[in-house]
Amino acid sequence: MYQFINTVLIGITSGAIYSLMAIALVLVWRSTRVVNFAQAGMALLSTYIGYECIQRFHSFWLALFIAMIAGAGIAAAVDSVFMRTLFRRVSHGPIAGVAPIIATLGLLGLIRAGLGLFVGNADVSIRPPVSNIGYTISGHTLAFSPLKLVIVSSAMTLMLALSLLFSKTNIGLSLRASAFSPEIARLAGVKVDRVRTLGWAIAGAAGAAAGILQTPNGTGALSPDSLDFSLLLVFGFIAAVIGGLDSLLGAVLGGLLLGLVLAFVLTYISGSLVFITAFVLLIIVLLVRPQGIIGMNRGRRA
Amino acid sequence: MSLQVTDLSVDHGAIRAINKITFRVETGELAAVIGANGSGKTTLLRALSGLNRSAQGSAKWKDFELLHTKPELLVRRGVSHVSEGKSVIPELSVEENLSLGALWRHDRAGSLQMRDKLLEHFPRLAERLKQSADTLSGGERQMLAICRALMSQPELLLLDEPSLGLAPLMVAQIFQNIRDLTTTMGLTVILVEQNAMSALKVADIGIVLNLGSIAASGPAKSLIADPQVRAAYLGY
Repeated sequence: MYQFINTVLIGITSGAIYSLMAIALVLVWRSTRVVNFAQAGMALLSTYIGYECIQRFHSFWLALFIAMIAGAGIAAAVDSVFMRTLFRRVSHGPIAGVAPIIATLGLLGLIRAGLGLFVGNADVSIRPPVSNIGYTISGHTLAFSPLKLVIVSSAMTLMLALSLLFSKTNIGLSLRASAFSPEIARLAGVKVDRVRTLGWAIAGAAGAAAGILQTPNGTGALSPDSLDFSLLLVFGFIAAVIGGLDSLLGAVLGGLLLGLVLAFVLTYISGSLVFITAFVLLIIVLLVRPQGIIGMNRGRRA
Repeated sequence: MSLQVTDLSVDHGAIRAINKITFRVETGELAAVIGANGSGKTTLLRALSGLNRSAQGSAKWKDFELLHTKPELLVRRGVSHVSEGKSVIPELSVEENLSLGALWRHDRAGSLQMRDKLLEHFPRLAERLKQSADTLSGGERQMLAICRALMSQPELLLLDEPSLGLAPLMVAQIFQNIRDLTTTMGLTVILVEQNAMSALKVADIGIVLNLGSIAASGPAKSLIADPQVRAAYLGY
């Protein structure tokens, strides 16, 4: 019983981080129809900025905040300088469809290699803000610790804030309108190009939060060639696809579902099956329900 | 104070969709642009609203050049365009579709006032405010699209085939609504329509397009009476 509760809590914690990453990918997909592989690189860069802040100001929360701002800035710059130029230069021809995807892959490599040159390839570690020693309930020590509680509640709070932003504010309305129908949004007076960059910025902030939260959730170690960030991208992407790639709610549910499934596989079957399970889940969703768990019947618009 | 279109041409690749047309619509007039499929009606509107950037010539609204100005900026100059095929966003609620048109004004009180005024005219929309636009009937969607455009408080309204896909009874009602709104709100309206007779009946002036050129134009009443126009475009 304790093991079961433990597994659920651990699953929700990593799931919430996958959800944040999935949100980042969905936001960019919705606003520009690009699967942004560079998201992992941007998150890594933001996490390094967060790490520097922790070293200097000794505050995890300030670091999280600054990293999110930096993540937003990086993403906005990537969209307005790099992607917009790219869209202008390769709007036609056979390369037009894949060019943005290849470009984000290139950017991912560039950020990682550039960061390696700049900070070196040695591991640094992010000190967790609270203890990572599990809670004890009537003699049983859980793997769920104060740190995990902080991580899961931060991720949930950010997602709640995002959902309020999207559903209740004018900015959210512009973002949704521009994503669903750019032409009608423009006719209604929405400056779609700016809104698109804003979508990237929010994605950058969500990705940065995912990066900062997942590092202490794992080993705490951070390096430019970190495998954890590659996994974060892969799992975030799988979560986004499970959720239908077009839906923010889907991204959240997809992340939580993936986190739970992987935690149960890890606890009750074998750690070596975790990676395989994630991909099997992806393939099953694509074959059985390609529009995602809450996707609309119209299917995916590419 | 009028819309003055001079020598307007639009090319679609190698095909000339509109060939040097010139016309004038006075402020407060409802102008019906009619013609067969492919006569260039939609292209004309898309050039006027800035969606088509390849237009040549000139189209001045109150000394302001419409051609090559982005639609999101034209809205701020009082020009609203309802594009072909029920220009609403089905994923958003009725209320959100309406609000969208007034976002750029940053005037919450003014926009609510405008909304209430429109909802008074269209109680069907008022009852469905929280529903997604997807659930509306064709006619309701068309009215929502027009109301969304009116939320921007335009002076010049460009309407592209509002009757498309609607039942005949609904068509008559939509046209009557457009006529009423033109008069009560002091709008200038360019109404592009395949449904020539219904459009001319409510219009002040008519412009008949044929293969990108103006085949006939003048007061709507005299176009309806013109035997040649009747034979070629009104079907009897």
